[in-house]
Amino acid sequence: MLSGEPMERQEFRAPEINGVAPAPKAKKPEKAKPVPDPLVKVEDLSLFYGTKQALQDINMNIPRRQVTAFIGPSGCGKSTLLRCFNRLNDLIDDCRIEGEISINGKSIFNSDVDITDLRKRVGMVFQKSNPFPKSIYENVAYGARIAGIKKKSVLDDIVEKNLKRAALWDEVNDRLNDSAMGLSGGQQQRLCIARAIAVEPDVLLMDEPCSALDPIATAKIEDLVTELKNKFTIVIVTHNMQQAARVSDYTAFMYIGDIVEFDTTEKIFLNPAKKHTEDYVSGKFG
Amino acid sequence: MPNLWKAGDAYIWISGLALMVTLVMIGGLLFLIATKGLGSMWPADIGRYELRDGSAYLGQLRARESVRGGDGVSGSEFRVKLKIGNRDIYGLDFKWINEGDVKSRDYPRDAVVLERHEWGDYHGYLKEIRKNGQVIPGTDPEAFSVLLGLIRDANRIHERILKIEKGEIGDINYGIEKQRLKLKGLAVRGEHNPAKEAEYRLKIKEYEGRYKTSEAKLEALYAELNRNEAVMLSAGGNEKTIPLGKIVMAHRPNSMGFVEKAGFYVKRFWGFVSDDPREANTEGGIFPAIFGTVLMVLIMSIVVMPFGIVAALYLREYARQGVMVRIVRICVNNLAGVPSIVFGVFGVGFFLYGIGGIIDSVFFKEALPSPTFGTGGILWASLTLALLTVPVVIVATEEGLAAVPRNIREGSLALGATKFETTWKVVIPSALPAILTGLILAVARATGEVAPLMITGVVKLAPDLPIDGHFPFLHLERKFMHLGFHIYDLGFQSPNAEAAKPMVFMTAFLLILIVVVLNITAIVIRNRLRKKYATSAV
Ligand SMILES: Nc1ncnc2c1ncn2[C@@H]1O[C@H](COP(=O)(O)OP(=O)(O)O)[C@@H](O)[C@H]1O
Ligand SMILES: [Mg+2]
Repeated sequence: MLSGEPMERQEFRAPEINGVAPAPKAKKPEKAKPVPDPLVKVEDLSLFYGTKQALQDINMNIPRRQVTAFIGPSGCGKSTLLRCFNRLNDLIDDCRIEGEISINGKSIFNSDVDITDLRKRVGMVFQKSNPFPKSIYENVAYGARIAGIKKKSVLDDIVEKNLKRAALWDEVNDRLNDSAMGLSGGQQQRLCIARAIAVEPDVLLMDEPCSALDPIATAKIEDLVTELKNKFTIVIVTHNMQQAARVSDYTAFMYIGDIVEFDTTEKIFLNPAKKHTEDYVSGKFG
Repeated sequence: MPNLWKAGDAYIWISGLALMVTLVMIGGLLFLIATKGLGSMWPADIGRYELRDGSAYLGQLRARESVRGGDGVSGSEFRVKLKIGNRDIYGLDFKWINEGDVKSRDYPRDAVVLERHEWGDYHGYLKEIRKNGQVIPGTDPEAFSVLLGLIRDANRIHERILKIEKGEIGDINYGIEKQRLKLKGLAVRGEHNPAKEAEYRLKIKEYEGRYKTSEAKLEALYAELNRNEAVMLSAGGNEKTIPLGKIVMAHRPNSMGFVEKAGFYVKRFWGFVSDDPREANTEGGIFPAIFGTVLMVLIMSIVVMPFGIVAALYLREYARQGVMVRIVRICVNNLAGVPSIVFGVFGVGFFLYGIGGIIDSVFFKEALPSPTFGTGGILWASLTLALLTVPVVIVATEEGLAAVPRNIREGSLALGATKFETTWKVVIPSALPAILTGLILAVARATGEVAPLMITGVVKLAPDLPIDGHFPFLHLERKFMHLGFHIYDLGFQSPNAEAAKPMVFMTAFLLILIVVVLNITAIVIRNRLRKKYATSAV
């Protein structure tokens, strides 16, 4: 796909709001690539920041209990797409979404969807670690407290279990009541992972979780991702190709608001169908 | 030299110098107030000054200054200010004496200073004590300690009298007033209920009976109080008989060692802090003023915190950021600059006459036309101050909220928290140090404010504290005393300004002390929170 093409479409589509769905469908017949046991389905998803289109007719399936990576150059819309899955873009005033995302066959944009409920099922880990200015214990227990759990013994169990899952327990079990702000960057990020999985979501979104970390901390988190995929469906954004190759089962290559190619990671890195993808993964641009 | 400007060294020096000057000024002010105030309480030696014209005074040296261009007759260069006490004899507590007029000066060890309930201090010698009709001459070596013992007894009786007056008789007055209001309430409502009426009247009778017994008790105590007397001789040889019940404390500064003086000082200081004022506030303590100031600031804080925080939360978190919000913000900022007396006038119009009037006409109909809430009181004064300081809290809170990083909020929302839960559990705790900074500023401003209080509830002398043993214990409608107003009253409204001067300094000192203590408390809490919620990552 040429880089100029989406631009052109953007200009063409932007002023029109509804009723344009058939045209691109005709123009772009290839539907999402089928995957075994899909959990999340994205259909004809477009997203606008004001008049600026950030995502264009995305179609994809995300397989259950696998790691799916989004790669692509900065500003291509990886984070934007990721934040659609838990509707975090709703917070942005002039953001408008068209199309459909369904999880387990149920649309997430339906008016009867409780957004807090959705976010409990779709957890998220951010690029910059963002522990709450509270104790380590309270950080992990936050989701449970929101859900109304008050019993100390239950909370204790949740905290211990998830800190262990996030491979942080051994490092912090003697200072659970210290401020989370005192942890190192890598520990903070693992704490955020523990906090997110403590809610027992179906899907775990990770937006460049290692971009601010040193190699050792990065390796720890990568191990963790591989560990966690037995339990969660993971979608991870990264601009580090080696990382995508190491941790993911499926990879989507995005470019200017579009998915250029989506396939198994093996295929994307060893035998991509498109020249553009090959150029990117081999480091010719990006 | 131009290098110096370029390198920026000169700017550093200038700002350093400016800081120095400011610090020296603040330090100097505190030093002046502390020395003048604290120093005046020290039991200074008392000198006997014999003048050339044959008169003599017992006085404590308070000031010494040169007389330039003097009358030229005395030929002296300096004059001294003595505190001579004995206002009932001399008319004034202080006297300026030219040093040239002094024939001799010594410090007699048996010079006595009596602190009295009336007429200020007495300086003189103990001639004799009349105890139970028996006479102990002042020359008896044990005479002074006998005097001290008797004064202690008298003070105990005094306490009992006070307890009866404030306790028993206070209860009785309170009860009678209540029954009277019930009676009046019947009349106001046009209810004709002879049974109830009779019941109320009977109760009043009962109270009156109790009053008789209390009164008799009081009379007996007063008689006992004034049974013993001290006969004193002034420096000029005037004899004066003083009932011991009229004496608060006695000491002989010239025969006291340093340790003894220090002990006396502590006792006196404690008395100053914990006693009620006497003699139009110029003597005694300032406890009610301290109490009123602190209580008012507390009530103000309790009111201003939720209001300021809620307003700031709305402005920053919920309102649509636009022209309207910007205008509101500008208004809030300007509100902080409105002269406080304007707030006072508003408080009078809105709180006293408006809300207070409504409360009176709904809940306190019986007491009308005398107002209950429709007049100045600690609640209205606190609310007026809350209004005055709410912009400070809003601005500080808004800044704190704006500083809470967006990704922390998103982190909370992404866990399925609602916006309210996020605000309550994450945003406010993170902004708490900033909010407390706002409270510190508000408290500092409120404690020092006087003008709006003078018209919304502060009085020169309040008969009762706003908290006492009568239900509902906290009486928000009562008038109260305030340190700031006390300073004004002592220094500028007192009939005896010279005598009140040390009190002015002491009161100012305590006011500053209270501001500092309140601030330090808030700062300690804030630092605790900062440590707990340290926001610096990694
Ligand atoms: N809140 C926003 N408002 C307007 N434009 C935005 C906003 N967030 C992202 N964008 C734009 O959308 C595009 C995609 O951004 P993003 O999803 O963050 O890219 P990536 O994560 O792949 O680097 C970029 O061009 C970016 O400038
Ligand atoms: Mg991004």
